[in-house]
Amino acid sequence: MATGRSVSNNAPLLEVRHLRVEFPTRRGTLLAVDDVSFEIAAGEVLGVVGESGAGKSLTGNAIIGLLEPPGRVAGGEIRLEGRRIDTLPYEEMRKVRGAMMGAIFQDPLTCLNPLYSIGRQLVETIQTHLPLPAGQARKRAIDLLKEVGIPGAEQRFDHYPHQFSGGMRQRVVIALALCAGPKLIVADEPTTALDVSIQAQVIALLKRLCREHGTAVMLVTHDMGVIAETADRVAVMYAGRVAEIGPVREVIKQAKHPYTKGLMGSIPSLGHRADRLTQIDGAMPRLTEIPKGCAFNPRCGQRGLRCLVERPNLMTAGGSLAACWLHDRQGVGGAVAGELADA
Amino acid sequence: MPDGTPPFVHIEGLKRHFDVSPPWLVRLLERRGRQIVQAVDGIDIDIAKGETFSLVGESGCGKSTVARLVVGLYGPTAGHITFDGNDIGQRRGRTQTSALRRRLQMIFQDPYASLNPRWRVFDIIAEPIRAFGLAVDKADLEKQVGDLLRQVRLTPADGRKYPHEFSGGQRQRVSIARALASRPEFLVCDEPTSALDVSVQAQILNLMMDLQRRFGLTYLFISHNLAVVYHISTRVGVMYLGRLVEQAPTDTLFKRPKHPYTRMLLDTIPDLDLTGRQRVPVAGEVPSPINPPSGCSFHPRCPFANERCKRERPQLLPIEGGAVACHAIEEKRLTIEERSYANAR
Repeated sequence: MATGRSVSNNAPLLEVRHLRVEFPTRRGTLLAVDDVSFEIAAGEVLGVVGESGAGKSLTGNAIIGLLEPPGRVAGGEIRLEGRRIDTLPYEEMRKVRGAMMGAIFQDPLTCLNPLYSIGRQLVETIQTHLPLPAGQARKRAIDLLKEVGIPGAEQRFDHYPHQFSGGMRQRVVIALALCAGPKLIVADEPTTALDVSIQAQVIALLKRLCREHGTAVMLVTHDMGVIAETADRVAVMYAGRVAEIGPVREVIKQAKHPYTKGLMGSIPSLGHRADRLTQIDGAMPRLTEIPKGCAFNPRCGQRGLRCLVERPNLMTAGGSLAACWLHDRQGVGGAVAGELADA
Repeated sequence: MPDGTPPFVHIEGLKRHFDVSPPWLVRLLERRGRQIVQAVDGIDIDIAKGETFSLVGESGCGKSTVARLVVGLYGPTAGHITFDGNDIGQRRGRTQTSALRRRLQMIFQDPYASLNPRWRVFDIIAEPIRAFGLAVDKADLEKQVGDLLRQVRLTPADGRKYPHEFSGGQRQRVSIARALASRPEFLVCDEPTSALDVSVQAQILNLMMDLQRRFGLTYLFISHNLAVVYHISTRVGVMYLGRLVEQAPTDTLFKRPKHPYTRMLLDTIPDLDLTGRQRVPVAGEVPSPINPPSGCSFHPRCPFANERCKRERPQLLPIEGGAVACHAIEEKRLTIEERSYANAR
């Protein structure tokens, strides 16, 4: 069974169950992540894709416990190696984060302190989480820099972030994430700020490190191409929910959810030139205006009456799970006239 | 141009250098010379009427500078840009300049920054119409703006809203409507879709192709995304460190890429069909345009470079309907391979 559950039979490394993230605002509470469940096995790369506002970054931030207030986890649970981490007090969480989980963000420049040399930042992180004397911590930092492919690691140790190029900075951030030998890395758009040729280098590096260290990765990105070559499984998010989750080949080649199909079609591809790209009309709904029933129904070409009233949960669809009534035995429940859907 | 008529847009020997030197006193105390960034360093492009010419390259290669030079936001350090027979850089009377500007508009990358947040969409789109005196009265103006909004698949009622009430894709539609308001013939698009999500990007690209067919527009399209360029362009130019290293008709460029840099770019595109396959990562990064490498500026990253490449700057030489600046191709050291893309879905 290769479905929402991870491929291996062992207990999953990370388990997210019915996660809800909400933002209380003056006009009411916005539900940004709604009932999201998935698992990641040790050494597995789970890609999370979706358009901006789909809630993919918030899911990642909730896992590493870095939701920015007023955002908060309002329900569900997150377990790392069976231990519940979403309810940990701040100081406890600080120890888990860093030691067990590493984070890589989109913009490497804002992740690094411009006033400290990268060596000092690495050593600080290592000593926070590992009981190493200064000399050994320094050695480990240099080894990490070598491992992420920074030429002349010994000399570069004392350099400041501004002396590195974008690609090199992202390598430093990866080294920082690896400092304490974490089990899980949450990488939020790690290659978006980089040029394609550098992007390929960083992706190759991330893949190699995961293979060698057996680190699991949650790769959050909007770039399907990056997911296609990196991830083992992929979760497609739409309007705060998981629309489809399954093995990467399955999701790309035989998408089950109409949204995933549209998303795949709208990616311009080499080798196949059409007069028009497939497009999904409309835009993702705002959090304040999520439609009743399936959130995708106003943009869906295959919607039925049932989609307007009843919200689908993830159900088995071929080798994946999809949240779509098309895969239910009772179907979408009759075609809908356009006027009714607009009303 | 094959038939001898002058090209619609003709760019010749275009250069733009920026002085990024420290202040005079600092230079004097630290005994440093001036520092010049050669953002665009000698570019020749011809664009025919009704075609889409795309410029691709990594960040810092000077492609956006070319866009800004073409619309006249920067003045060239050297070289000429001719638009339908008129030199853009040349000083002339106000009416003539205005007439030229009407025919040439630009769409910017970031639809959040390029629209005035304090203006209603109606006024944003009406501004070029008012500025060029294209409407006879108020009713005509309202009709024109309404038509423009409909052309970009918005509704005339949207004109009453402010930019912040729209999503990124809708704002980019407003930018396109504004660019079309003066009935231009030539649009310079600087990364018009790179701030947008893929599904919205597809909508905008389709819209741009529809508008081109309908109004016979000519596009200069700047992008770093080769897959997007493949879909939208008639011809493609590849830039590296301020110079054009290869230009060719789209199909030729993607099927038979010649310059090692073009091949490298094509190799590094993540593609949906790469599942499980390894992309070949390329070593090295783009060098600083302040101190470009000698000879061919790509030689430090090029696997085929030899002594001549380090010494001598290659010239663009015509080949297979395009042109390429590479010694290895010229000397036939490097064979041109046919590429197939098995992923025709």
